[in-house]
Amino acid sequence: MNRLDISAARPSESVISTNKLIKNTYILLSMTLLFSAVTATVSVFLAVPGWTYMASLIGSIALIWFVLPRTANSSAGLAVIFGITGLMGFGLGPILNMYLSMANGPQIVGTAMAGTGIIFLGLSGYALTSKRDFSFMGGFLMAGLLVVFIAILAGLFIEMPALHLAISAVVIMLMSGFILYDTSRMVHGGETNYIMATIGLYLNIYNLFVHLLSLLGALSGDD
Amino acid sequence: MDWTKIIWAVLLGAMILFLWPRAKHMLKNSPKAEQGDWQAAIVPIALVAGFVVLLIMIV
Repeated sequence: MNRLDISAARPSESVISTNKLIKNTYILLSMTLLFSAVTATVSVFLAVPGWTYMASLIGSIALIWFVLPRTANSSAGLAVIFGITGLMGFGLGPILNMYLSMANGPQIVGTAMAGTGIIFLGLSGYALTSKRDFSFMGGFLMAGLLVVFIAILAGLFIEMPALHLAISAVVIMLMSGFILYDTSRMVHGGETNYIMATIGLYLNIYNLFVHLLSLLGALSGDD
Repeated sequence: MDWTKIIWAVLLGAMILFLWPRAKHMLKNSPKAEQGDWQAAIVPIALVAGFVVLLIMIV
């Protein structure tokens, strides 16, 4: 059967539960992004040291790997997801302060935020309205992510600015693919838990923002 | 060597080890693309690339 026709062939009860999942995911995603913005603002005003970014990432990765999968089916999962996103937002403080200290810093940060929003809404809207199944991209995206991690690992020991720019460009493309993939998983029943769906989309947006900021900061006219 | 680099390296190594079996499983078990599927994914991603170039020119 053509994968485009799956939603039309599914019983109405399933369509209702899919719509409920999509609605709950986008509501929770909006709330977590707002909460992240609040904690990032607090972090910027407190001028936290650079290692905060690393510490917050380690804390949030530990929560994502070890705590969220055990709590995602209960109300405790909501507290965990706000803990993760709040921590990740707080970790952005040193990065934002670094860019904000540049002459056109506020413009770069604002452009990266607006750009991330437009890219996410455009891609997620496309995946929702086209009803296409992008599950075929899963293996390709995961392999791409592994290659990026290996390149970042190499970049730690090889001082090559061009490599960092190339990594940021590839991550933007990969996260765009992941937005299509994760949105279509909600539509086609690959993900039925709105907390897990939210964290997937949140991580896509977070990485998209960080790497767009990095690319705009490096290639902006301000030298 | 900067101690933060060592922590980043350990963190990245752990992420690679964590993702490796998942990536292998997904590469093996992902459904095959049908005709037009890749085109439907590449066109919006290419538009994103164009949009990012536009943003770089703006700032």
